[in-house]
Amino acid sequence: MGEWKTRADLRYAETDEWFAVDGDVVTIGITDYAQDQLNDIVYVEFRDAGDALKAGESFGEVESVKAASELYSAVAGEIIEVNTALEDSPETVNADPFGAGWMVKIQASEQSALAGLMDAAAYDAYCDSR
Amino acid sequence: MSYIPHTAIETEDMLAEIGVESIEELFEAVPATHRFPQLDLPPPMSEMEVAAEMLAISEANDHAQDFAIFRGAGAYHHFIPSVVNHMLLRGEFYTAYTPYQPEISQGTLQATYEYQSMMCALTGMDAANASHYDGATGLAEAVTVALEVARHKRKKVILSHAIHPQYREVVRTYHQGRDIRIIGDRGRGEIVDLMEMLDDNTAMLAVQYPNFFGQIDDLAALADAVHDAGALLVMVANPMALSIFKSPGELGADIVVGEGQPMGVPLGYGGPYLGYFAIRQKYVRRIAGRIIGETRDADGKRAFVMTLRPREQDIKRERATSNICTNQGLMALSASVYMALMGKNGLRQVGELNYYKAHYAANEISRLDGYSVDMSKPFFNEFVVACPRPVVEINEALLREGIIGGYDLGPHYFHLTDRMLLCVTEMNGVEEIDRLVEILRGLA
Amino acid sequence: MLQPLIYDIGSPGRMGVNLPECDVPKVELPAALLRQELALPEVGEVQVVRHFVKLSKLNYSIDQGLYPLGSCTMKYNPKINEDAARLPGFAQLHPLTDESGSQGALFLMRELQKWLGEISGFEAVSLSPAAGAQGEFAGILMIRQYHIDRGEGQRDLILVPNSAHGTNPATVTMAGMHVHELPSDDQGNLDTSALRAACEGELRDRIAGMMITVPSTLGLFETTIREVIATVHEAGGLMYMDGANMNALMAAVKPGALGFDVMHYNLHKTFSTPHGGGGPGSGAVGVNEKLAPYLPGPIVEIVEGGDLPRPTPSPGPFPSELGKGSPPTISPPSLLGGDTGGGETTEPPLYGFVMPEKSIGRMKAFHGNFGMHLRAYAYIRVYGDSGIRDVTRFAVLNANYLRAKLMETYIVPYPRYCGHEFVLEGHFEDADDIHALDISKRLMDYGFHPPTNYFPLIVPEALLIEPTETETKADLDEFVEAMESIAEEARRDPELLRKAPLTAPVRRLDEVRAAKELVLCCAPALPR
Repeated sequence: MGEWKTRADLRYAETDEWFAVDGDVVTIGITDYAQDQLNDIVYVEFRDAGDALKAGESFGEVESVKAASELYSAVAGEIIEVNTALEDSPETVNADPFGAGWMVKIQASEQSALAGLMDAAAYDAYCDSR
Repeated sequence: MSYIPHTAIETEDMLAEIGVESIEELFEAVPATHRFPQLDLPPPMSEMEVAAEMLAISEANDHAQDFAIFRGAGAYHHFIPSVVNHMLLRGEFYTAYTPYQPEISQGTLQATYEYQSMMCALTGMDAANASHYDGATGLAEAVTVALEVARHKRKKVILSHAIHPQYREVVRTYHQGRDIRIIGDRGRGEIVDLMEMLDDNTAMLAVQYPNFFGQIDDLAALADAVHDAGALLVMVANPMALSIFKSPGELGADIVVGEGQPMGVPLGYGGPYLGYFAIRQKYVRRIAGRIIGETRDADGKRAFVMTLRPREQDIKRERATSNICTNQGLMALSASVYMALMGKNGLRQVGELNYYKAHYAANEISRLDGYSVDMSKPFFNEFVVACPRPVVEINEALLREGIIGGYDLGPHYFHLTDRMLLCVTEMNGVEEIDRLVEILRGLA
Repeated sequence: MLQPLIYDIGSPGRMGVNLPECDVPKVELPAALLRQELALPEVGEVQVVRHFVKLSKLNYSIDQGLYPLGSCTMKYNPKINEDAARLPGFAQLHPLTDESGSQGALFLMRELQKWLGEISGFEAVSLSPAAGAQGEFAGILMIRQYHIDRGEGQRDLILVPNSAHGTNPATVTMAGMHVHELPSDDQGNLDTSALRAACEGELRDRIAGMMITVPSTLGLFETTIREVIATVHEAGGLMYMDGANMNALMAAVKPGALGFDVMHYNLHKTFSTPHGGGGPGSGAVGVNEKLAPYLPGPIVEIVEGGDLPRPTPSPGPFPSELGKGSPPTISPPSLLGGDTGGGETTEPPLYGFVMPEKSIGRMKAFHGNFGMHLRAYAYIRVYGDSGIRDVTRFAVLNANYLRAKLMETYIVPYPRYCGHEFVLEGHFEDADDIHALDISKRLMDYGFHPPTNYFPLIVPEALLIEPTETETKADLDEFVEAMESIAEEARRDPELLRKAPLTAPVRRLDEVRAAKELVLCCAPALPR
């Protein structure tokens, strides 16, 4: 087990996003492992609220000094809210990836893809193997 | 072997160290059937002979030292203070490359930061990059930025017909693989006409300032109209004109690009030149190419470094919006030294000299029988002259008298047959202008 | 603070130039159109000179020493080329001069087109791209249009090895096409089974071509290159060669003869035009007969008198008059025609610009970076046929020598002779937490420019080293000693490496601060 945190109530993608489900609304962010790998995040950019997403489509991008990483949504739906506070303080993603560092909320049109994602234990093991 | 220092003994020692008998053995991975072809090139030459040959070739050209020159159209004959060349030729600048290692590149980095700063001052923008290849490619990259800002939801790009014809060609070359429409440059092209083309599918509108015909269009209402449509206003500006005229920032531009050649870069048959690119703060992360930012070192000393690196092709690869890496760094240094020498007063004086001399020439020519000068709008250092006979004939006659005449507009604009675009700069003395006028009089 | 900003050393009213009085009657300036502010510095000539001289001293450059920046070919830039570039007939030649008045420049460009074509085995060359990346862009646009014209516009995939420089995939996207990435095998070659899977599977009809660097970005000749080319051609794709590494190929192999359809040249790498702190470059493109009609324009051709005999192989463009040691006493017009060397006297041909029939268009205004063309011309002229061959031979010798010496201390991942550059791994099993970056920074303290770091991406802690042919054995030995000493320090005093550089003008920089605060313009210059 590495030095990153996970949360038991979330689902995880291989591309290091987490997904929190509340009815039809899915909140997405990046994991503690991902923010640690990226190091100091200096910029975030998301697509607009109102945009429709297909499953697996990119909803934005995070940038550190040395890397730019695309962000993917495992679920299809419409972006209903974007965490605009991150635009001014992207370091929040480093400080609190599972809380204040959330990125977008999606009104999911179908959630079957979530079943294919990892739970916390599987994601821990996946990160360990990398 | 002019620049290869190896002696035979050293070569032997090196081969022994590698463990081969000959250099040829090192090429074993090259398919044998194609290895070591003969090259049909001329034999080697000494430096003395090459110098003589280069001189001979150069003298087969009609250049501005032997001819009075009244041609501009995107490349301008201006005074370059001697210091510019001397600073440029310092090997520390000349023979360095991209400042990937900031600790030993602070010279290039600070000079480039100062270049960015001075370009901001000139254009009224908040940030400028370290350069594009030339004005035309700067415009093509501005189109990409505008499409990105619109997140590719808007598919229309409006270019004024009074933008340099070659610049518009380059925009079309760059964007031939994209699903966008480029319009506006085939019509009458007045500003009001362009404004009518704006709609919610428009990503940007671009005008040239002064326009290709040397004129200052009335841009007062343009920025608001463009912004009301949700599009970006791009201005292609001659930096020399910005010495006296309002900055594009004051006029509401979002992106300013252009050819930096007038500031310290010689005519040089068209390149290397300097594409400058300046932008408002809110779009700064869309900028392509290298950009230098201020920071501190581990001891807290102010220092400079390439920043916003993740946008670039070497990191972002197929997700990058531009593939530019090598830029026109040395020409940016020329412009930097030039602007530093001229300063706020010198540059204004040069701008005024251009204005006065061009207007003197225009007034004199407008009095000639058979000629007329388009004075419908204010102009800077270029203006359009309607001639009593084909421009080709006039230019042939001028050339015989040691003058390179104006640019023939007919081939690019069907309604401008027999019209030449004349350029007058601080390099043209009053006698030269008077001689031009006299010869033109004789050709009426 | 090292050197104050130019804005901080001025005084109101000071100026660095003397300008002449206005010699024409003044007219009134259009007040409503004028700017009120112009926030440029106010500095005298002496201060400007000292400012830039002091700045220059903070740089490392080839003129100071070895600059083994892999894939950038930092070779010596001959000084004679700078003199040539400043001749009034070149420096003060307007790009829109009538062709009859620019025959010297056009002649030079045509010779260079021919020579570059000869060196690479290509039918036709355009000099118009301004840099290697623009040459790539031109190449991919040509491939795209070629397929469209054949009714195969569905071909939208370009194969790119994962070892490729980032410009390759970025170029594909700019051209509106898509990248299909291919893996490398453990020998540093392209994985040919993955290539075959792509070319023979369901993607076959979508394959437009492939971009590949030869030798690869690892400095290795792909031993399977002919198989790779054949596989892509069989699928209907065209082959693009990234010519960044041409310094390893001249007179060793002609890419055109291997089967490539198009390549770009980096005149600022292979042909020694100066890198200038980031540019300018010049990125000519060469093509075979398939793509010749698509070249970006304009290109130079003989537009009149082209069927007249020309000396081939040319003993040089000006054979009779410029015999060894004779002074240039001839007048320019006769230079461009006259005695062909074969005893026949001809009218001088007329050179002119031509737009190829199906050209993808213009890459920039005017005709390319002419100032780089003339330097490359002078460079090829000095070396000639035998010397150009030696450029490559000694570039490859120098790289293999360094590689052999450094193998004793560093991990060299591929056990093969290299081309003009090679990669090693900048880390040690027994020196914890030392990275390629630390080695690079420490090299500065030993007086060297570091190699390229972290490229290619497929080698961990990559250090890509390219010494070029212009370095002596003694220079290379000094570099080896420094590298050996650093390897020893990594074990004995790793903190020394992590803190390095200690003797450079500044220490390591806070790049996070730069990216977050984004101070890109100094305060006095910002618009009010």
